[in-house]
Amino acid sequence: MGYLFKEGIRNMFTHGFMSFAAVCVTVACMVIIGSFSLIIYNLSILVSDMERQNRLLVCVDETYDTAEAKAVGSRINLTDNVHEAVFISREEAGRRFIEQQGGGDAFEGIDASTFRDQFEVSLEDNTRMEETIQALRQIQGVAEVKGRTELAEGFTTIQRVLNIASVAIIVVLLVVSLFMISNTIKLAMYDRRDEIAIMRMLGATNRFIRFPYFVEGFLIGMISGIVAFFLMWGLYDLLANQITRIDSLQLFNIVPFRDVLWITVATFGAAGLFVGVFGSVMSIRKFLDV
Amino acid sequence: MIDFRNVTKVYEAGNRALEGVDLHIDDGEFVFLVGPSGSGKSTIIKLLTAELEPTSGSIEINGYKLETIKKRQIPYMRRTVGVIFQDFRLIENKTVFENVAYGMRVVGASGKEIKTRVPYVLDLVGLENRGRRLPHELSGGEQQRVAIARALVNNPAMIVADEPTGNLDPQRSYEIMMLLERINALGTTVMVVTHERELVNRFTKRVIAINEGKVINDGMDGYYINEET
Repeated sequence: MGYLFKEGIRNMFTHGFMSFAAVCVTVACMVIIGSFSLIIYNLSILVSDMERQNRLLVCVDETYDTAEAKAVGSRINLTDNVHEAVFISREEAGRRFIEQQGGGDAFEGIDASTFRDQFEVSLEDNTRMEETIQALRQIQGVAEVKGRTELAEGFTTIQRVLNIASVAIIVVLLVVSLFMISNTIKLAMYDRRDEIAIMRMLGATNRFIRFPYFVEGFLIGMISGIVAFFLMWGLYDLLANQITRIDSLQLFNIVPFRDVLWITVATFGAAGLFVGVFGSVMSIRKFLDV
Repeated sequence: MIDFRNVTKVYEAGNRALEGVDLHIDDGEFVFLVGPSGSGKSTIIKLLTAELEPTSGSIEINGYKLETIKKRQIPYMRRTVGVIFQDFRLIENKTVFENVAYGMRVVGASGKEIKTRVPYVLDLVGLENRGRRLPHELSGGEQQRVAIARALVNNPAMIVADEPTGNLDPQRSYEIMMLLERINALGTTVMVVTHERELVNRFTKRVIAINEGKVINDGMDGYYINEET
């Protein structure tokens, strides 16, 4: 077993060019798919953030005092699909109103009682905004519920399109990558068909022939995964830094790489090992036919 | 021991390579299998190494019946037959010692066994001082000796040499044949497949002649087939 393990490592270096080609193709494919996935992930987060900004405004009956209004808040919080209800007092509502109007003397002296106690309600799922509005209207003490359902529907559509497009593009990229990688590995195996024929002629069992290729595939996969990970990290940080420097792109809040670090490590590691091991073992199969 | 009984091989394209071949080679024999190109010699070698299955008939090699052999047993059958090829088929990036040792690695021999056996076999084929060389640093004759050493290293019951002198000059060819004769004298069955008439006729051995997939002569009277016919 020790010998076969050493052979696997040795093979990788003695067929250095093909190993290098396999690593390069695998890394390139992983970085392309990884980049695209991260772009999609960032867009998705951005849309979700924007969606979260789209909150309901629940106005409490103006005859309720503050204590009663807060009690209504407890009932709002218990409503299905409500994530959080933040209390806004009449005074705060007045202050925000004046601020929205650009301030100035015109609004000076307006009494807080002109406004109503309110709740800013964020939802678990904005696609259910309409039914949640209906449910909130049923609560005693709720005078009015304001929500931009057309905006919520717009965000839902964008999110759906994004999901479908990303799945389709990632699947296409994955198929193209697997095709490229498997061809590279097949080429590497074809390069060694004579060596495999010699092993068979000497009476090597399929397991004996396969094991060094398994080790080699494992190492190539691992190296590819590691290289792709660091390359991805570098490129991502570089791009994120560039975007934060551009004023017109301040809208984009780039997800820091550390937030996706472990999922990237796991995905690249698993993908590298899968492609390396599975690719080697599958490609060698046809040379093992008796 | 090789036993072919009424063996026919028809390739998928319909090419009839062997037709009702009966062949029996006992342990310890030295046999030449001769015939012109396309006569069926290579098909016999592929059947001997179980690379091909016969279309009909039965084949027994060193106790393995090929019509009933399981796929997983084929490597073990192959270990009883050492094969030598015209183009040597050495692994270019391994030294002479490693190439020969490789034959033992395949059967799971220990490092200690390899260290004892490989120098002995290299000495037997006259390459005791060439162990650290790479194949491309050797002459054709020496490379063929490495191939013979590799075929011999596991002490197989039989050596099958497919045109072993095809790439060598007459003097080296004769030396290789002498070496095979010496190996045969040590008890290993040797089958040399060739179409070199002069070489065959220099040795007084059993000659099986094959033409158009049929055995046309089997005796001690040398190589008489005219390649033109």
